[in-house]
Amino acid sequence: MRSESRVSVHFAAGEEGWLRAAFETVRREWLVAFRNRQDLINPLVFFVLIVSLFPLGVSPEPEFLRQAGPGIIWVAALLAILLSLNLLFRNDYADGHLEQWVLSPQPLALLALARVAAVWVTTVLPLILLVPVLGVMLHLPAATGMVLVLTLLAGTPILVLVGAIGAALTVSLRGSGVLLVLIMTPFYVPVLIFGTGAVTAAAEGAPITGHLALLGAMLSLAVVLAPLAIAGALRISVSNG
Amino acid sequence: MWQWFHKLGSPKWFFGIAGRLMPWLGWLALVVLSVGVVWGLLFAPADYQQGDSYRIIFIHVPAAYLGQSLYVAMAVAGLVGLVWRMKMADTFIASATTVGAGMTFLALLTGAVWGKPTWGTWWIWDARLTSMLLLLFLYLGVMALRGAMEDPDIRARASAILVIVGVVNIPIIKYSVEWWNTLHQPATIKVTEAPSMPVSMWAPLLICLLGFHLLVAWLILWRMRNDILLRERRARWVREWVLAQ
Repeated sequence: MRSESRVSVHFAAGEEGWLRAAFETVRREWLVAFRNRQDLINPLVFFVLIVSLFPLGVSPEPEFLRQAGPGIIWVAALLAILLSLNLLFRNDYADGHLEQWVLSPQPLALLALARVAAVWVTTVLPLILLVPVLGVMLHLPAATGMVLVLTLLAGTPILVLVGAIGAALTVSLRGSGVLLVLIMTPFYVPVLIFGTGAVTAAAEGAPITGHLALLGAMLSLAVVLAPLAIAGALRISVSNG
Repeated sequence: MWQWFHKLGSPKWFFGIAGRLMPWLGWLALVVLSVGVVWGLLFAPADYQQGDSYRIIFIHVPAAYLGQSLYVAMAVAGLVGLVWRMKMADTFIASATTVGAGMTFLALLTGAVWGKPTWGTWWIWDARLTSMLLLLFLYLGVMALRGAMEDPDIRARASAILVIVGVVNIPIIKYSVEWWNTLHQPATIKVTEAPSMPVSMWAPLLICLLGFHLLVAWLILWRMRNDILLRERRARWVREWVLAQ
């Protein structure tokens, strides 16, 4: 009887510890992010720059931009995310923070998930907030812009989760920027297809719930499986030390 | 059974058994491939629609099939390597990556050559072609990751994780691309139903498929033996073996 109650108390304390650890991870990530403001701004500038290359390089015709705009924005967002993911674990690896993570009693996968969620809010959400402005510049109708924002909201968390696996695998390697893009881009194809597919369907007046449902399915799969792979990859990279 | 499994973990044992198997595999591959290719190219009937141009199928289909199945085999090896820390699993991944990428490239190349006379274009963004291209990118990603890592143990575990993540994603990539665009003819040989080809065409195709499997097995064993020599270059049995040559 007594031992049983002790076990249950211990379990409750453990669970509280998990939540607290996840919460602290998010808080720390945000503090670090807001103290290095340049790292927050760089992906945004990169995103806008890539988008503005297309009217310059291909054609500024409103007709072309209206057709290609959603794809351009999706590809630019994808590249901006890959670029910023390169830094995801870099400083933590350099200052030994990751080793503390691996040694901590809380599950590494949970900490990784908290970290990824925090990064999505600090680097990807501002990018999505910029999309309506870019939509106006690319002559997208307001309704299309709204659908685009919706698909980005559902799709970009998958990109961050899956990309974090690659970031964790390559964190111990020097100059791994191109490597991360090489490894991870094929995995981004399904998200790109359904993300832009929804926008095309909306422009033709077709329902988009199917696309959003598929994105949601991929997101739930990624939320469950990706943290485990990130944790495994981090353990390997840390043992590289 | 378990003893055999444990022996697989010993590079020396594997090196010896692979060396004894290779001549058999090599000659058998040569004979079977010659029979299949000569039968397919010279004696099989011409297609009533595509004429003689369809004959590239005898190279295209085996290459595409092996390009896909080698990735799955790599993922199985990755799992074995992660769970049992078996050295041979990583040696297999190292060898199969190159061979698999080569097969995938061969399938894309023969597909382009075949596409020109039948579809009138070298390349089209069709579902199967695109997913084969993405498969090639997946192989190149594994190669890039392996190339960037120096420590053999880290490299083994990191590439095992990458191929396992890849094999979970392959069905998702394949079906998303398929949904996106399809023009390619459906698969010619299915296990579940009778093939839509006459026997005189699919019999040489099956022989070619067998021949390609033998050839790939030979190639992988050859590369694995080289990999073992490189890894175990400080071991005494390697020095003795090299001196005996």
